[in-house]
Amino acid sequence: MNRPPFTIGLRAALSASAVLAVALLAPASCRRHDQRLTLLNVSYDPTREFYADVNKAFSAEWQERHGQPLAIKQSHGGSGKQARAVCDGLEADVVTLALAGDIDAIARAGLLSADWAAKLPQNSAPYTSTIVFVVRTGNPKGIKDWGDLAGRGVQVITPNPKTSGGARWNYLAAWAWAEKQFGGDQAKIREYIARVLGNVPVLDAGARAATTTFAQREIGDVFLSWENEAYLIAKEFPGKTEMVYPSLSILAEPSVAVVETNAKKHGTAAVAQAYLEFLYTDAAQQLAAKHFYRPRRATVASTLPAIDLVTVDRDFGGWATAQRVHFDDGGTFDQLYGTKQ
Amino acid sequence: MSHPGVTTESRLVRMLLIGTAGLIVGLLLLMPLLAVFIEALRKGWEVFLASLHDEAALSAVKLTLTAAAVSVPLNTLFGVGAAWAVTKFRFKGRALLISLIDLPFAVSPVIAGLVFVLLFSPHGWFGRWLEEYDLKVIFALPGIIIATMFVTFPFVARELIPLMAAQGSDQEEAAVTLGARGWQIFLRVTLPNIKWGLLYGVLLCNARAMGEFGAVSVVSGHIRGETNTLPLHVEVLYNEYQFSAAFACATLLALLALVTLGIKSAIEHFTGHRHHGRH
Repeated sequence: MNRPPFTIGLRAALSASAVLAVALLAPASCRRHDQRLTLLNVSYDPTREFYADVNKAFSAEWQERHGQPLAIKQSHGGSGKQARAVCDGLEADVVTLALAGDIDAIARAGLLSADWAAKLPQNSAPYTSTIVFVVRTGNPKGIKDWGDLAGRGVQVITPNPKTSGGARWNYLAAWAWAEKQFGGDQAKIREYIARVLGNVPVLDAGARAATTTFAQREIGDVFLSWENEAYLIAKEFPGKTEMVYPSLSILAEPSVAVVETNAKKHGTAAVAQAYLEFLYTDAAQQLAAKHFYRPRRATVASTLPAIDLVTVDRDFGGWATAQRVHFDDGGTFDQLYGTKQ
Repeated sequence: MSHPGVTTESRLVRMLLIGTAGLIVGLLLLMPLLAVFIEALRKGWEVFLASLHDEAALSAVKLTLTAAAVSVPLNTLFGVGAAWAVTKFRFKGRALLISLIDLPFAVSPVIAGLVFVLLFSPHGWFGRWLEEYDLKVIFALPGIIIATMFVTFPFVARELIPLMAAQGSDQEEAAVTLGARGWQIFLRVTLPNIKWGLLYGVLLCNARAMGEFGAVSVVSGHIRGETNTLPLHVEVLYNEYQFSAAFACATLLALLALVTLGIKSAIEHFTGHRHHGRH
């Protein structure tokens, strides 16, 4: 006969853990709201450092004005992926995504009203950015402008436009350049885009993953990057890369909105609205400039150079159209990706 | 142990084979392990300790431990039950059950995660029902636990099935003839026979539960300080260029693996038990 103490011990352990399991699961699934006021900001990839600063500033101000402690939680990832998660039930109080199209997707899921962009100044985009090139030190492949991306033997790093907002801006900026370069000749534009896509060795899901591919893993000759991310690369990997401003780029308007359904449920509508309005204040605009976004307020100084920028609204008929023509299933990206190697 | 004539290979061939194996183990297993610790300590002990003391890191550790504390005991219960049923009885659907136990090994963890999103998201199969009762599953603790349980489901059962099959049911039958009842037979005959295999299965299950990335990543929502498990937190830190902090947290996972390995070896050493289970 084997030792009975072991048997008893194990039996006790098993029943104890079953009790533990129930005890842990029950309250965890029932308790939704914390007593403390919390706000969940679901954002895209390159805003991590910016919102870390904004959250600190805003919660201090909120506490001072309302005497109420406020915790702001962050979730980051590819903009399209994040929008998808919010539609799937990630209960964001506010979304601060890379482009209006992703917030439109959340509106279509019924979580906020379709006219969300009109609820805050400047199309609900409190700061802007653009797309620039990052190359290896000394620019060994001599990359100066969009045309050079289609060259033979040039490896281009850009994330997947299906999941990443930045990648969609990259794609449209390249398209805008080609449109101008080839005088609107659709066949030539498509040929050019297909050749650039053929030079992309790997499509990462988000801008940050693509940055890691280029800067950390040292894959590729040129990285199509958010302007602010490019400055961050220069800071994190000093002396390894340089920035190149192309002749033309796109005005990227990362948009923000309160996710009305969630905010109402959490009782956070007022603080969520105040949070987004805070982004337009001098204090937040200065933080935007500090993190190399282009501030909207003329009173806030920015060191970023002025360049020729096309816009989605003027040159692509707005995000709804751009999304349908280029990025939805069967759009130009699907038609052109993988056709040239 | 080696008996002359058992192997026909010359000394040189044997040395070459052993050398190759050693090299592969060194390159693929030891070097990465070492690299984790070196990278973690690159900026010194202060940075190392600070990154473990960070609020988000602590919350990740807590979440990982919670997920394991729930999923491992439950999977142990299921695993023992399943192995018991499959090896001691013959019934209709037995072969199907054995295949089903293996399902989580065969399915990509990402697919598993997406299936849970499909089931529990507001527009999913159970979405409306969960909404009515104000229950939250995905992008919250229950979803993370369910995903972990799915992925670690087979470990205990897979460890026990070969062991219990090899032992047969002679002893249980003897117990029955001596008048023992079902529960009594299990506790006094079966359990003592399988306890080491069981412990081994639990250790493996636990290691995987704490280390799981794919399935948990899909259902987590990546809320910093709330739904990031330790492996997800490592990824977040890495993406924020906080390499030392990322590797510091990775050392926790690596240490866990080493401790698991240590306990397993200790068990084998002190009991003289040699483990025969396989996947």
